[in-house]
Amino acid sequence: MLELNAISIGFFIFTIFTLGGAIGVVTTRNLFQGTVWLMVSLFGIAGYMLLLSAPFLAAVQILVYIGAIAILITFAVMLTRSVTRVDERYIRTIPSLIGSLVLFLILIAGVTIPVFGGHEGAPVVVKTTHDFGLALVDGNGYVVPFMLASLLLTAAMIGAIFIARDEET
Amino acid sequence: MEFFKPDLLPWLIPVGPLVAFLIITLATNRSKMVPATDHHEYGGHHPDYDGMEVPVVTTRSRIFSITIGVIGVLWALVISWMTIGNAFNVHHFGVEVLQSNFAWMDTGETTLNMGVLIDPATVIMLVMVPIAVLMIFTYSIGYMAHDPRQSRFFALISLFAGAMLTLVVADNVLMLFVGWEVMGVCSYMLIGFWFEKESAYKAAIKAFTTTRIADVVMLLGIVYLYMVTGTLSYRDIMYNPENLELLVTTTPIIFGGFAVSAASVIGIFLIIGTVGKSAQFPLHVWLPDAMEGPTPVSAMIHAAAMVSAGIFSLVRLYPLFAAGGDPHHGIMTQPLVFMAVIGSFTALFAATMAVAQSDVKAVLAYSTISQLGFMVAALGMGAYIAAAFHLITHAFFKALLFMAAGSVIHGMEHGEHHVHEHGDHGHDDHHDDHGHHFDPQDMFNMGGLRKTMPVTFWTFLIGGLSLSGFPIITAGFWSKDEILADAWLVLSEYGSGTHGLVFFMLAAAAFLTAFYTMRQISLTFGGDARTEAAEHANLGKGLVSVTMTAPLIILAFFAIFAGFIGVPTDFPILGSIFSPEHNAFHHFMAESLPLPEATAGYGTLPDYHPDAPPFNIIPVATSFIVALGGLWLGWFMYWRKPLKAGEVDPMEKFLGPLHPILKNRYYMDDLYIWLFVKPSQWFGKQVIVFLDKGVIDTILHVIARVFTWLGDLVKVLNLWLIDGVGDGIPIAIYNFGGWLRRMQTGRVQQYMLFILAAAVIIGLVLVVSSGAVTAQ
Amino acid sequence: MIPLWMYLAVAAALFSIGVFGVLARRNAVAILMAIELMLNAVNINLVAFWRYSETNTDLLLNGYVFTAFILIVAAAEAAVGLAIIISVYRNRRSVIPEDAHTLKG
Repeated sequence: MLELNAISIGFFIFTIFTLGGAIGVVTTRNLFQGTVWLMVSLFGIAGYMLLLSAPFLAAVQILVYIGAIAILITFAVMLTRSVTRVDERYIRTIPSLIGSLVLFLILIAGVTIPVFGGHEGAPVVVKTTHDFGLALVDGNGYVVPFMLASLLLTAAMIGAIFIARDEET
Repeated sequence: MEFFKPDLLPWLIPVGPLVAFLIITLATNRSKMVPATDHHEYGGHHPDYDGMEVPVVTTRSRIFSITIGVIGVLWALVISWMTIGNAFNVHHFGVEVLQSNFAWMDTGETTLNMGVLIDPATVIMLVMVPIAVLMIFTYSIGYMAHDPRQSRFFALISLFAGAMLTLVVADNVLMLFVGWEVMGVCSYMLIGFWFEKESAYKAAIKAFTTTRIADVVMLLGIVYLYMVTGTLSYRDIMYNPENLELLVTTTPIIFGGFAVSAASVIGIFLIIGTVGKSAQFPLHVWLPDAMEGPTPVSAMIHAAAMVSAGIFSLVRLYPLFAAGGDPHHGIMTQPLVFMAVIGSFTALFAATMAVAQSDVKAVLAYSTISQLGFMVAALGMGAYIAAAFHLITHAFFKALLFMAAGSVIHGMEHGEHHVHEHGDHGHDDHHDDHGHHFDPQDMFNMGGLRKTMPVTFWTFLIGGLSLSGFPIITAGFWSKDEILADAWLVLSEYGSGTHGLVFFMLAAAAFLTAFYTMRQISLTFGGDARTEAAEHANLGKGLVSVTMTAPLIILAFFAIFAGFIGVPTDFPILGSIFSPEHNAFHHFMAESLPLPEATAGYGTLPDYHPDAPPFNIIPVATSFIVALGGLWLGWFMYWRKPLKAGEVDPMEKFLGPLHPILKNRYYMDDLYIWLFVKPSQWFGKQVIVFLDKGVIDTILHVIARVFTWLGDLVKVLNLWLIDGVGDGIPIAIYNFGGWLRRMQTGRVQQYMLFILAAAVIIGLVLVVSSGAVTAQ
Repeated sequence: MIPLWMYLAVAAALFSIGVFGVLARRNAVAILMAIELMLNAVNINLVAFWRYSETNTDLLLNGYVFTAFILIVAAAEAAVGLAIIISVYRNRRSVIPEDAHTLKG
């Protein structure tokens, strides 16, 4: 069912990145490594975006997630360093494993399987980033969420600074 | 107005006194409280009450109760006279009678009736009873004038009179018995009228108990009579030859060949009732003690009413006793023999005791017993009419004697009071200067009272002579003579041993009667006063003395003249004056017995109508001799040389060792106490100890303990269950909450795990319900 | 083309891994990293559905925009979360959520 072409190979590689990186994140003892694995996973996801004709999102993914969030996490790791190396990685291992496994199965059963066997092809027409940009400022479009999002970011930024500031002075 | 028909009028006779009783009891018995030491108001001194306040009847109540009581008796008197008038108008009275009855109670096939009957026997009673009772009532006005409970007294004697009249007019044995019993209760209440005195209430109990024993036997007789004949009405039994024959021929008991007929059994049982009521041996013991009651009570009980009721019942039932025999021809039946023996024995027995008594009322008490013995013996001999005659005359003179004795006592107390200005004013023991109890009833304290109490003396003398049977001019002579004549007649003509026994014993008793009567009169009225009190004894002036002497005079009149209605026809001289054709009384009374024609056909029944005994010199001479002889002996021993103070009774010397025995009543009281009273008390005590305390108390204690145990059990259950549950629920909830609280760890990841679990479940539900899995 | 379900499967796996990480890791920062994974899994799903949507012939940008906004919000949330972690670290000297059980009932 799957023909071997560039897209398939790309998919396969990106899958490796994504899932491998994810597993790495949750299993690493060293949080710096964990950060790196996170970056790998995020990179894989960016690849998916590309495959799914969302290049802008892929770029944003890399820029924002990897470039900002992952770095941020690294800083946080460094700031809370005294406990970076933990002896105990996990708590409640078995319940969590079972829970996540069950969840996975349910998701497969509920989400994946219903769409099984269809949607082999995707429509050809795609939108461009230009359209996206236009939609964001279009009065009939997404200008309100866009504004709100900016507000949100501002608030988050201020809040984060406020929460994390030094109390010494 | 219906009631004024001759047949129904007798119903009204007892109504007067009975209604008087009710009114006095309910309305006119008000009391006020006075200090017990107030002698003027509280006439009876009782040392236990000193310093207290005691209730005394108000003057207004006194007046009302006296008035109502007297009105009640007057009512009875007037209606009785009307009835007597009606009776005389009845043609062939005796065969024809005035009667009315109604069915009272159904007892299966037969019915008990209540009714009234006026026949000759009733008539003569109706002549005597209301007059005697009225005299007694009048006397009581004065005698009880200072008693704190006078209203109650009048109420009780009204009830007594009402009961007696009920008994007299009754037409059946049951109603007679009702009146009988009510009189028994009244006697109890009246003898024990001064109930603070121990001797008084004990005497009351003694009277009631003794007569009650007899009454039980009598009741058995009545029941048996009813069983055999199906009726209790006199006319149906006594005047009905058929029933009489039936009673004689029914033989319930056979002692080895010796058959006892129903008539005998019933007769003897009913006679036993009279033995109790009329104080015959051996149930005579209550009568002397009954002197504890006020004197009018003694007069009433022992003369006019109660004991007369006993004799009257025998008179009524006479045809039953005589059935199966023929007393006038010397053939006796068992009841008749019983009566004759008991009666004559009692007569002599009591007379012997009377000669040794020192209490003026005691002598009269024994005299009563003795005279009743005369009457019972007379009936036993078949001298039916003589017995009835003697009953009437005796009632008059004995009532007179008792009331006169009461006056004497009253006078003695006045004298005592006079002597001690601060003395007691009451009816119990007094103290003289020397601190000894002064007994105003002791004849040896009296003497010379004829000077200070002349009316009382003369009336007492008349009564006493009548009692002794003083020839010719006293009523007692005629009635006693007739009894002796009857006895002699049968003795001489038929050689009957029973009659002979009766004759001799009664003659001896009559002699003794005359003797002790004269002794009594001499000691009381003769000679000089032996004590200071006797010197000053008098009744005073005013209403009290009038009401106490007037009845005496009236009764004295009867004591003399009542006898003349029964003079035998062939008595020399007097017979032709008073009874030219026939002995009036005899002729009149005889009609109450069944006619010879009626009984002729029945072999077992006698000819009830005897002829009056012809004049025979022997019984008359005997009467003369015993009466005059006894009187002379008494005069000789006591009046001629009167006793001085402190002198010993000559009888004591004469009788020697016999005297104490007589004085102590042959120790019969002590015998009875030892034989009956003490064992009963012992038994009672045993019952208390064993039954009451032992059994019943034990049961009660056990029950109490069981319930206490149950209570404790419930308490424990309460504690356990209810407390347990009540406390347990909160504790359980608390523990559950505590257990539930463990979910709140405060740990975020755990909460997220729960969220995941919830989400998984919801997801499962969605997946399954959407059929996504199966659709594939 | 890659069938849709493959994308979805991958996303599901990624999400599950993320869940595991959130529930099981002791370090708060590690938990945050796992949260990022979960968010990204969602993003994949959204983009995949946007791309493969048959009703979306004009390719309206709903899914696209949604994803973008998730990205934005994730960034904000990461920032604030890390700030909190640092603040907690300063106060309690610990970044282990297990130790933060003050609200224990």
